[in-house]
Amino acid sequence: MSTVTRASRRDFLKIAGTTAGGLFIGFNWFSCDSPKVEVLSTEEILSQAKNFNSYLSISPTGDVVIYSPNPELGQNIKTSFPMVVAEELDADWEKVRVIQANLDTEKYDRQLTGGSGAMPHSWERLRTAGATAKYVLVAAAAKTWNVPAEEITVEKGIISHKGSGKSAHFGEFVTEAATMTAPEQVTFKDKKDFKIIGTPVKNVDAKEMYTGQPLYGLDFYREGMLHAMIQRAPFGMKIKSVDDAAARAVTGVQEVVTFGNSVAVVGSSTWPLMKAKKLLRIEYEPEGKVESSADHDRIFKELLASGKAEVRRKDGNVDAAFKNAAKVVSAEYQCPFLAHSPMEPENFFAHVKGDKCELIGPTQTPDRARQSAAQILGIPAENITVEITRLGGGFGRRLRADYVEEAVEVSRAMNAPVKVTWSREDELTGGAYRPAVRYRFEAALDESGNMTAYKLRGVGMNAGNTTREHNFPSGAVDNVLIESVNYESSITTNAWRAPITNFLAYAEQSFLDEVALEAGKDPVQFRLDLLQRSKTNPVGELGYDVDRMIGVVQAAKEKSNWGKNPNVKQGFSVYFSHRSYVAQVADIAMEGGTPTLKKITAVTDCGMVINPIGANHQVRGGIVDGMGHAMYGNLTFENGVPKQKNYDTYRLIRMKEVPEIETHFLTTDFDPTGLGEPALPPTGGSIANAIFAATGRRLRSQPFIEQKEFSDIKLDIRRA
Amino acid sequence: MATFNLKVNGKNHQVDVEDDTPLLWVLRDHLGLVGTKFSCGVAQCGACTVHINGNSTFSCVTPISSVGNSEVITIEGLSEDGDHPVQKAWEEVDVAQCGYCQAGQIMQAAAFLKSNPNPSMDEIDNAMNRNICRCGTYHKIREAVALAAKTK
Repeated sequence: MSTVTRASRRDFLKIAGTTAGGLFIGFNWFSCDSPKVEVLSTEEILSQAKNFNSYLSISPTGDVVIYSPNPELGQNIKTSFPMVVAEELDADWEKVRVIQANLDTEKYDRQLTGGSGAMPHSWERLRTAGATAKYVLVAAAAKTWNVPAEEITVEKGIISHKGSGKSAHFGEFVTEAATMTAPEQVTFKDKKDFKIIGTPVKNVDAKEMYTGQPLYGLDFYREGMLHAMIQRAPFGMKIKSVDDAAARAVTGVQEVVTFGNSVAVVGSSTWPLMKAKKLLRIEYEPEGKVESSADHDRIFKELLASGKAEVRRKDGNVDAAFKNAAKVVSAEYQCPFLAHSPMEPENFFAHVKGDKCELIGPTQTPDRARQSAAQILGIPAENITVEITRLGGGFGRRLRADYVEEAVEVSRAMNAPVKVTWSREDELTGGAYRPAVRYRFEAALDESGNMTAYKLRGVGMNAGNTTREHNFPSGAVDNVLIESVNYESSITTNAWRAPITNFLAYAEQSFLDEVALEAGKDPVQFRLDLLQRSKTNPVGELGYDVDRMIGVVQAAKEKSNWGKNPNVKQGFSVYFSHRSYVAQVADIAMEGGTPTLKKITAVTDCGMVINPIGANHQVRGGIVDGMGHAMYGNLTFENGVPKQKNYDTYRLIRMKEVPEIETHFLTTDFDPTGLGEPALPPTGGSIANAIFAATGRRLRSQPFIEQKEFSDIKLDIRRA
Repeated sequence: MATFNLKVNGKNHQVDVEDDTPLLWVLRDHLGLVGTKFSCGVAQCGACTVHINGNSTFSCVTPISSVGNSEVITIEGLSEDGDHPVQKAWEEVDVAQCGYCQAGQIMQAAAFLKSNPNPSMDEIDNAMNRNICRCGTYHKIREAVALAAKTK
């Protein structure tokens, strides 16, 4: 099975005698409370287990092993996927072990983490895996007991027949059941009968995380493995010459390898490489645009004025509507480049062995890692294995395979197993950032304050389409023009948690606040009026479900006591992304003359909530992430090199900077939709709008703390 | 290269490394104690937090030559079976998202609670402000530290 390499990795660590809890192989945290029950290791269970499908093996002991195919980076998929399988199986969760599956494109579809899409994609597949296994187990029991299958019930891993009084756990029937053909169609459980889904289930890796067991890519070590650290070229530059004499002289450095525009220092441990890398004397020369932030500001202005735009959406006659407007509102908003900065820096292990290659490490896209390696090595992808470790965060950075490719290059050059490790400086300067973007919004209002026309033009640095043209407020306005301009920068960009919407939502929801104010309307009512128009008489294509959006807006209005407390100034924001809807209200009270951010109330409609702990985590975490980057995040450039190189200058949000966050989830009958990203986009808007309500300062650029409008504002954060 | 004798989690170890090698890399590369995490390398994030003579310390900027005979405790040695009150509280509250920073958070919380067994929420926030969690689990960290203080 796909556990072999994982077991061998642990075996190494155990043999090396280096982990205090090395015997906790596949230890089930929940079994702690079951005294006098022998806890079998996952390997022991698997050695006797019967495999039912890609997701599921069950042993004669009644222990259930569930394979979770998608990379776990904190979105809790390794707990929530197995919950769905176990639910339809009617398993006893206490007897479930979870294993991270390796890359296997035969067994699994869409084995990646991105776009908050795993659960929507896999929901029926996971249910089918559990339900078909239950079906054959019940059939095996019916055959053994000679009773009708329909009279059999299953609860918590126990199969029972009331009439005959017979009862036994799954394990009794696995041998028989495994020989049976799974049905092509099964009936899923009624959602009201769910016993695991919807309950708070704790993280399956809890014990290992809290005792420091090796879980992450950076924790992977193998006998004889070499380490490598790499110096990459500034953006837009290429290597002219390399003087590696001083680097080679560092004790512990074995080799210096140059490939492409990268120079790798290689040795048997990490620290000498960190020193040696600083001693490389590399001369670069321009090979493309060598950009600085001042260039970007100029480019934004030029392209907003005259850039060749792609028309993303056009409804009605915008020019005529603006000509006839009683009032025109316009504003520009800007967001900077950001690094992903997962706490675990990029790293990967590669061992190129002739026409074969072994890859182990943290990746959101294991198949891309494999395809990239295949291309570099000129070998078939089937010759490459990919073991997925737990990821110490990703935020989109590990959708790319650049650091995997580096490991492959160095392993090939050294003809040895190699782990490439990035430093934090590498992570901040090594590229693939959230793109910088600037928007111009224009709205036309009639005499009664109705929005008759809406224009949006976005310019992005390698951002592709900077708009979401069919999202709200499209559909609610007669005349709409949405355009996007892309600038091809030499600075590499990549998806960053809630791509595009992580800044678009802030800009749009802040601008709509400005329009509501000019229209003399309450910001929430203004949005509800627009949504009513979308519902009753929509204009053009709608990319969102109007009723679901109205649902979260109204619930947030109610839960936040919107407008009811004159001492609390509130900011509203609502956004639809990744199939889910989130509305937020930020509360700022003046306390002792100081504006104090007291609370953010969030209402989410993500369909059925699989795990309330995980859902709460994703919403609060998304809001903290959105707030931190809106307030502090900024990556600026000088001659193709980021100026912020570590956390001393690239500021991340900390404990004392997060307010109370109150979360609510709408109970709806929809299948589960995405949740890793949707809570982030509305956050910048709710906070900016609350700051405006409290201080009259409109924050049209991020990060807020660097804006002159914010320079004399001291915002206190009230912690719960 | 020089030889250093050090005491980690109650066991004596000998390593041959350069004297400027940070304790973090001795633990990870030479002793195989990978629970102590590398993240920033410049004493900004706290992922590398260990206890030296009971004090929480950034191991990424602690040269091995400065450790001497000090008692080093890492996350692997915080408790026998992962049952330190802080670890139990972390489990009870289900703190982690990606989990990468949590060993450092736990070590910081454990040292803090030892010096201040009955902290106010403000004191908890001050103490834990030293450690970054990129996933934003701060609410749960705060809750878990408060719980650990109560249940110790």
